Amino acid sequence: MTPAGEAWRRFRKHKLAVGSAVVLGLMILAVLFGPLFWTVPIDEIDFTARLQGPSLAHPFGTDDLGQDLLARVLYGGRISLAVGFAAMGVAVTVGVLVGAIAGMSKGPVDVALMWVTDLFLSLPQLPLLLLIIYLFRDALADLVGQELGVFIMIVAVIGLFNWMQVARLVRAQFFSLREKEFVEAARALGASRVRIVVQHILPNALGPVIVAASIDVAGAILAESTLSFLGLGFPPDTPTWGRLLFDAKDNLDFAPHWAIFPGLAIFLTVLTINFVGDGLRDALDPRRVQ
Amino acid sequence: MGEDDLRQMIGRVKNGSLSRRGFMRRMAAVGLTAPMATQLLAIAGAGSAQAQGSVPAYRPTRRGGGGQLKVLYWQASTLLNPHFAVGTTNQDASRVFYEPLAGWAADGTLHPVLAAEIPSIENGGLSADGRSVTWKLKRGVKWHDGQDFSADDVIFNWEYSRNPAVAAVTSGSYRDVNAVKVDDHTVRVEFAQPTPFWADAFVAATGQLIPKHLFQAFNGANSRDAPTNLRPVGTGAYRFVSFLPGDTLRAELNPNYHMNNRPFFDTLEVKGGGDAVSAARAVLQTGDFDYAWNLQVEDELLKRLEAANRGRVNIVESGGIEFVQLNCTDPNREIDGERSHISTQHPAFSDPAVRQAMALLIDRNALEQFIYGRGGPATANFLNNPPRFTSRNMRWEFNIARANEILDAAGWVRGRDGIRAKNNVRLRFIYQTSVNAPRQRTQAVYKQAAQRAGIDLELKSVTASVFFSSDVANPDTFTKFYADMQMYTTTMPQADPQRFMNQYVSWELSTRANSWQGRNIVRWRNDEYDAAFRAAESEIDPVKRAALFIRMNDLIVGSNHIIPLVKRPTVSGSVNNLRHVLSGWDGTFWALQDWWRET
Repeated sequence: MTPAGEAWRRFRKHKLAVGSAVVLGLMILAVLFGPLFWTVPIDEIDFTARLQGPSLAHPFGTDDLGQDLLARVLYGGRISLAVGFAAMGVAVTVGVLVGAIAGMSKGPVDVALMWVTDLFLSLPQLPLLLLIIYLFRDALADLVGQELGVFIMIVAVIGLFNWMQVARLVRAQFFSLREKEFVEAARALGASRVRIVVQHILPNALGPVIVAASIDVAGAILAESTLSFLGLGFPPDTPTWGRLLFDAKDNLDFAPHWAIFPGLAIFLTVLTINFVGDGLRDALDPRRVQ
Repeated sequence: MGEDDLRQMIGRVKNGSLSRRGFMRRMAAVGLTAPMATQLLAIAGAGSAQAQGSVPAYRPTRRGGGGQLKVLYWQASTLLNPHFAVGTTNQDASRVFYEPLAGWAADGTLHPVLAAEIPSIENGGLSADGRSVTWKLKRGVKWHDGQDFSADDVIFNWEYSRNPAVAAVTSGSYRDVNAVKVDDHTVRVEFAQPTPFWADAFVAATGQLIPKHLFQAFNGANSRDAPTNLRPVGTGAYRFVSFLPGDTLRAELNPNYHMNNRPFFDTLEVKGGGDAVSAARAVLQTGDFDYAWNLQVEDELLKRLEAANRGRVNIVESGGIEFVQLNCTDPNREIDGERSHISTQHPAFSDPAVRQAMALLIDRNALEQFIYGRGGPATANFLNNPPRFTSRNMRWEFNIARANEILDAAGWVRGRDGIRAKNNVRLRFIYQTSVNAPRQRTQAVYKQAAQRAGIDLELKSVTASVFFSSDVANPDTFTKFYADMQMYTTTMPQADPQRFMNQYVSWELSTRANSWQGRNIVRWRNDEYDAAFRAAESEIDPVKRAALFIRMNDLIVGSNHIIPLVKRPTVSGSVNNLRHVLSGWDGTFWALQDWWRET
C-alpha cells in the first residue's frame, strides 16, 4: 500500500474528520457555484422587505435595507474563504522557509531566527494589525485599487502573523530528521544541501505542516471577521461574513436571523477545518501504529 | 428702515390696514426680494430673541414632597465647575447647582433665570447701536451657604473666566467683552463692535455663575485646586450632597430657592456610566430610572422599548444636521504636499450638472422612514432652526430619471461599464464617512441610486475616533477631506446661526496653513455669501438678520456642494409620569427647577 493510501485509510477511520470534510466541501462548492444558481443581486435594496425572517423568496431572510442575506452570505464566503486559504499559503511559505533555514543551520543563524520567531510570537496581534492597516491601506489602494489592495493587505498581514508555529514545527522536524540514517546516506553520496532538504527532509516533515496549515486557515478567517467586525478591512459595502455580523449586532433582539446565518457559516467553517486538521494529523503521523 | 418701522408695517399687515402687496413693494424698495418679504411676515413676532410662554406651565403648588428623581447619563461627569466643563456631561452636571442669568428655551428664545427680565430695546436693556446690553439681576437670590447673590458675583465670573492663568474653557465667551457693575443688581456687558448676538456671556451653559466669596482665592494658577470644584455651592434648585467623579452625583432640595413652589423633588440622583442602549432599557423598559440622556439608539429599537408603555422618547428640535459634502477641490492632486488644495478644482463636481444630479439621487424619504426614524426628519435646508431662520425656498426631490436627463444633457456619456465619463473624467467618487450603522446604510442607499444614473460610488468608512480627530498626521480626518464626498453631522452650539453659518465663508477654509482647523471643510467660496455673512455679523435688526442667514442657506444649498439629508434632533427618554422642560439649545438641566412628577 502506498503512503498516501495508508494515510487515506487512517483518515477514513476518523469519523468526525470525514463528516467535516464533506460539510466543508459542500460549503466551498456552495460558495463557488451558489451565486450561479441563486442569482439575486447582493445589493438590491428593497424597503418593502426589510428585516424579514427566512422565507422562500429569501431563504436566509433580509437585512434592514431588504437585501437578500443568502446572496450576501454566499458572496461573503468567497472573500472569507479566499482570505483564509491565501493567508494560510503565506504563513506556510514563510514558516517552512524560516523553519528549514533554522533547522539546517547550526549556531548563530538558528539562534537569530528563533529570536525573530519569539519576537513575532510576543507581539500583540490585533493592535499591530490596526496600525499596519492605517499606515499602508491608502498607499496600496492607490497602487492596485481599493478592494484588491485591502485583500492583499489583509492576506499579507494575517499570513505574516501566523507563520511562527509552522516555523517552529519545521525546525523541530529538521533537527530530528537531519541526523537520521537516510539523510546521512544521502550526504555520504555527495548530495547537495538543497537536494537533501527538498528531496529527503521536507517530504518527511510535511505532515505536521499540513495540520498547522489547516488550523491557520481557520485563524485567518476569524482574523478577517474580527477586522470586518471592527469596521476595518474591506469597504463597508462588501459583505464579508465578519461585516455581516457587524451590521447585524444592533438588531440581535428582533432580527436574529441576520446574525445567525453568517455566524453559523463562520462557526461551521472553522469547526470543520479544525476537525479535518485533526484527522490529517492522525493520518499523516508516521509513528502512529494502527 | 429701522426695526420699529418694520414691525409697525408688519403690524399693519396683520390688522389689515396695509395690503400684503403693499408690504412687498415697500420691502422691495429696501432691497429685499419677495420670498424674503413673505418670510418676514411669517417670522414676525418671533423676530427677537425673547420668550413668552415658551416654557410649559408648572403645576405643583408647594415646594418638595416629590420624592426622588433618578437621572441616567451613560457618560458620567467628572467635575463640577462650569468654567472647566469640557463636554456636555460636565456642563449638565454643574447646571444642577449653578444657574446662568438666562437659558435658551426649546423655541430658541431666551428665558430668564437669575435675570429679572430679558434685555430688549423696549425695556432699555439693549442699546440701539448694539454695543451694550444691560442685565437687571433678580433680587433676593441666595447662594446655598446663605450669602447674597449680587452683581459682584457676575463681574467676578467675567474676571475669572477671562483670566489666562485660570485657563477656563468658557473664556471664548468672555475674552472680547467688557463687563461693568452699574449697581448691586445691574450689570452691563459692552462690546467693541455692534453685536446682534449679545446673549453669550452669562447665558446658558457657558454662563453658569459661581460664587465670588468661595472662588476669589482661586482666581489664578491654583484654580484647579479649589475644593468647590468638586463640592459646588450655587444658587440652583438643588444643593450638593455627594459626588463620585465618573459615577454618581447626589443632591437635595434647596429650601431657600428663589422661585416659588420649586423644586418639586426632595432628592436628586444623577447616575453615570453604561451605554445608550442599556440606558434606554433602564428608563423605557424597566422604569428603574426617570430620565435617560442622549439615546443614540436605532429608532426601531426605541419603538420596541416604548411598547412596554412605561416611558416615552422625547425628540427635541435643535440645529444638528446630517449632510453630504461634494468636494470643491481635487482630492487626487497633490500641491505642495497637500491634497484637496484650494488652488485646484474638482474635475467632476466643478460641473453644476453633476452636483445637481447628485442632489437628485439621494432618497431622503427612505432615510427618514427606514433608517433614522423619528431621530432624522428629512430636510432640504442646511440651516433648519430656530424656526425664524428656516428657509422656505428650498425643495428636495428624489428623481433618478431626471438625474439621468441632466447628465445626458451635460454630455456625460455612459461607458462600456455603465459609468459616465466626459473628457477622460469618470464619474467615480470616493464617499467617506465614520463607522456608524445608519451612515453605512445611507451609503448603500446612495450608492445604489447613483449606480442607476451611471455614477459609481466607492464607499469608505473610517473609525469615528479617527474621522473626527484633529490629528494633523492622519489623512482620514473629515477636516482634511481627502475624498470626493463625505457625510457627517454638524451641530449648532447656540440658538443663533452665526457660529454655524461661518462654515462656508472664504476666510474659514480648511487648509494645511491652519492645520485644517478652518471650519469651511468643503472649501466652497462665494463672494455673495461672504458679503451676506459680514452684513449679518453687525446687523442689529433681527428680522433683516434672519433674512441674511436664510439667503446664506439658499446660496450654499443651491450650489449643491452641500446636500442636506436629515435633521438630527436630540433624543432622550423619560418615564411616563415625569413632566420635564427640555430644550435643544441648552443643557438637559437648563430648567431643572420646573421638573415635576404627575401622580
